Amino acid sequence: MFRLEVRTSTPAWFNLALPLLAVAATLILCSGLIALAGAGVFESYGVMFTASLGDSYAITETLVRAAPMIFTGLAVAVAFRAKFWNIGGEGQLLAGAVASCFVGAIPMPGALAMLLMAVVGAAAGAAVALVPATLRVKFKVDDVVSSLLLNSVIYYALMALIEGPWKDSFSGYPISPPIEDLANFPVLIEGTRLHLGVVVALLAAPLIWFLIARTTLGFRIRVTGENPEAARYGGIHVERVLISTALLSGALAGLAGVGEVGGVHFQVMSDLSPGYGYSGIVVAMLARLNPLGVVPAAIFLAAVMTGAEAMSRATGVPAFLSDVIQGTALLAMLVALLFTAYRIRRVGAAS
Amino acid sequence: MSAPLIEMRGITKSFGAVKANEAVDLSVAPGEILGLLGENGAGKTTLMNVLFGAYAPDAGEILIHGKPVRITSSADALAAGIGMVHQHFHLAPRLTVLENLLIGIPGKSGRIDRAGGLQRLAEIGRQHGLMLEPDLPVSSLSVGEQQRLEIVKALFRGARLLILDEPTAVLAPSEVDGLFSALRSMAAQGLGIIFISHKLNEVRALTHRCTVLRLGRVAGRVDDPANTTSSAMAQLMCGHEIVPPARGPSTPGEAVLTLDGISTSKHSGTALRGVSLAVRSGEILGIAGVSGNGQRALAEVISGVRAPDTGRMTISGQTVTRFSPREVQALGLGRIPEDRMTTGLVTNLPLADSMVLPRIGTAAFSSRGLLKPDAIRAFAEAQIKAYDIRCPGPMTRAGALSGGNLQKALLARELAFDPKVLIVSQPTRGLDIGAARFIHEKFLDMRAKGRGIIVIGEDLEELLVLCDRIAVMYEGRIVGTLNSADATIARLGLMMTGAEGHS
Ligand SMILES: Nc1ncnc2c1ncn2[C@@H]1O[C@H](COP(=O)(O)OP(=O)(O)OP(=O)(O)O)[C@@H](O)[C@H]1O
Ligand SMILES: [Mg+2]
Repeated sequence: MFRLEVRTSTPAWFNLALPLLAVAATLILCSGLIALAGAGVFESYGVMFTASLGDSYAITETLVRAAPMIFTGLAVAVAFRAKFWNIGGEGQLLAGAVASCFVGAIPMPGALAMLLMAVVGAAAGAAVALVPATLRVKFKVDDVVSSLLLNSVIYYALMALIEGPWKDSFSGYPISPPIEDLANFPVLIEGTRLHLGVVVALLAAPLIWFLIARTTLGFRIRVTGENPEAARYGGIHVERVLISTALLSGALAGLAGVGEVGGVHFQVMSDLSPGYGYSGIVVAMLARLNPLGVVPAAIFLAAVMTGAEAMSRATGVPAFLSDVIQGTALLAMLVALLFTAYRIRRVGAAS
Repeated sequence: MSAPLIEMRGITKSFGAVKANEAVDLSVAPGEILGLLGENGAGKTTLMNVLFGAYAPDAGEILIHGKPVRITSSADALAAGIGMVHQHFHLAPRLTVLENLLIGIPGKSGRIDRAGGLQRLAEIGRQHGLMLEPDLPVSSLSVGEQQRLEIVKALFRGARLLILDEPTAVLAPSEVDGLFSALRSMAAQGLGIIFISHKLNEVRALTHRCTVLRLGRVAGRVDDPANTTSSAMAQLMCGHEIVPPARGPSTPGEAVLTLDGISTSKHSGTALRGVSLAVRSGEILGIAGVSGNGQRALAEVISGVRAPDTGRMTISGQTVTRFSPREVQALGLGRIPEDRMTTGLVTNLPLADSMVLPRIGTAAFSSRGLLKPDAIRAFAEAQIKAYDIRCPGPMTRAGALSGGNLQKALLARELAFDPKVLIVSQPTRGLDIGAARFIHEKFLDMRAKGRGIIVIGEDLEELLVLCDRIAVMYEGRIVGTLNSADATIARLGLMMTGAEGHS
């Protein structure tokens, strides 16, 4: 028989081993589904791998997809550190996209346009995140529920915009007018979609790491998350920290939307985000809320997403598998996290 | 005596590099009350956790009635007749007393055997004087009653050996007598009891035999505690003699902290009703009282965590009535919280983080919003050394420290900044006798340097040793203040029941 025993300490290599184990477990579990769909497991994973990381073009495509998830992953990592349960990354992303699309459509010099898009998009995301944070601080409203429900509110507000005032009167499609050409983020490698926003996302991760690990705000966020009572007695304004965390988290999620508008779609439509806001939760959990871990975790999920489409074309396994892999990865990681607190011990038949 | 009920042989348990227990032998006979003594971090709790199945020992064996057993979980321990009352209770606060008792006990055909439970509860209560109201929710019980429930729970599950880890640390002096008579009555029925305490007079009054740990090993045994002096026991524990500090005459100066007619609304616990008091520089003021009479609100108001409804508070003459914790701290107020686990430390983060928490925004530990990791580390290291905090280093998770060492860490983080006024609740709760002396000396040093100190406590002996004046709190009011020269335990005890005193 086996039994869970409380662990007295967690070895450092766990931080690396656990996510890798979770990923491995996910791939093994999902291979059953691939086999059920009538395709070869190795062949399917092979196609997935080649299509997402097999050549330099594939890698740039994967990075382009990873960028928004790096931002939403960071947004969740920051929020969860303070135990501000921001499930509203999707809505904050959309708000950032809409706001930056407004700004990008105004004619002005390119550099200025891009800067303004980022600032306004981040502010929009932050404003959305402020709602659940304020409700929690002032009225003790559960932040999981309020931030999650707000996603639908923002989504339908966006739909109302593109079905209404923004609707393309010429084609009748529900899409916003495009942003100015000058406002399009520069492409870094000719012939790919690798845009400036991807680099910004990659740089954001170490910056956020620094913020959490090395600044007083980061210290207050960590302490507030772990023990708000001790924080309050220690002179930390817990409410203020929660609000700051929410603003930061929302701004990061908003930037995910900015990147999608400025670097990928150049306008806003109803399927702007395939749930990058929710994927951010998976990314952050895989990263164990470590901002540096967010980058590889986001790249993994992005590879699964790009790979799944190619696999679907090549082997006929439905592309929905990508969602299944994401969900399974989250569950696997949550189970894996159990082993930071407990270890399995074999128990003899003695007792 | 008869064959041992429980025997532990050669128990060794390490946490990384720390050897918490090394080749420890211990035995308890039926009907025997064994005292387990040792300095903070000596390994008492660890040893009992091994016996209770929470930790697997690295080496050694456990025998019950001479037969080796394997105990790998608390369920095994309960099945083997071992019950433990932890320092932090394991009760479900929303359930009633009876429901808590019946958790995990299989009833008849899947149904809860309420009638049987009631009967056993009454029986145990009668036998040992452990009366409890079966239908009260646990959240409405006092700490002493919750402890009683934990004991009853262990008996209910048929414990033959009962482990109590510092049970008296959370009790008012009057409740201690009740606990002792219950324990004696259980021992008279043949139960074995292991009793952990740092209060040597309690150990001498209650136990039949003692085992003393030092640095994880057995340092010695005491066969006749009643006729062994406290100082001899202390010498066994620490390896050297402990001399009580002498409180010289005081020359109090100006008032450094005053409260004038402070009242609070009922929030949680007892509210304050027109509390006025003053601490002068070079003075230690004691606040005596059975806990739950407004001490918590008093500490919260003084440290800025709670704003009073009416009244005025000053520090060094400046009005600070509605100041935030950070603002009163900037004016020189130091505060040592009463509940180290919930309001003091952050158990999941490194010890160093907890040690700099109240001053993280000051120039000592950060500048322009950036932390100074080296300074933080160096500060923690220096305090660990200065206060002999037993732990592998400043990056250890705070939760891994032993209870007494956590308390030392909290004291260190305030005293390091030489506060003008210090407010502290139960300063030596859970500290071993050597560490308690050390803290008393620190307070007396502060007093000699002209600082003002408020000590909130229930331990009247400690207050009498330490304080120049003692105010007594009852139901949110100060019922009287005595100069400690005029105060006696009897007189203070009477005032603590609400009888007016005269200053
Ligand atoms: N879970 C743990 N992980 C790492 N070290 C631990 C853990 N538990 C205890 N220790 C260490 O083991 C030693 C013994 O601790 P223990 O809690 O048994 O002491 P104690 O005798 O009960 O002290 P106190 O009187 O202060 O409660 C200490 O040095 C402590 O830091
Ligand atoms: Mg202990």
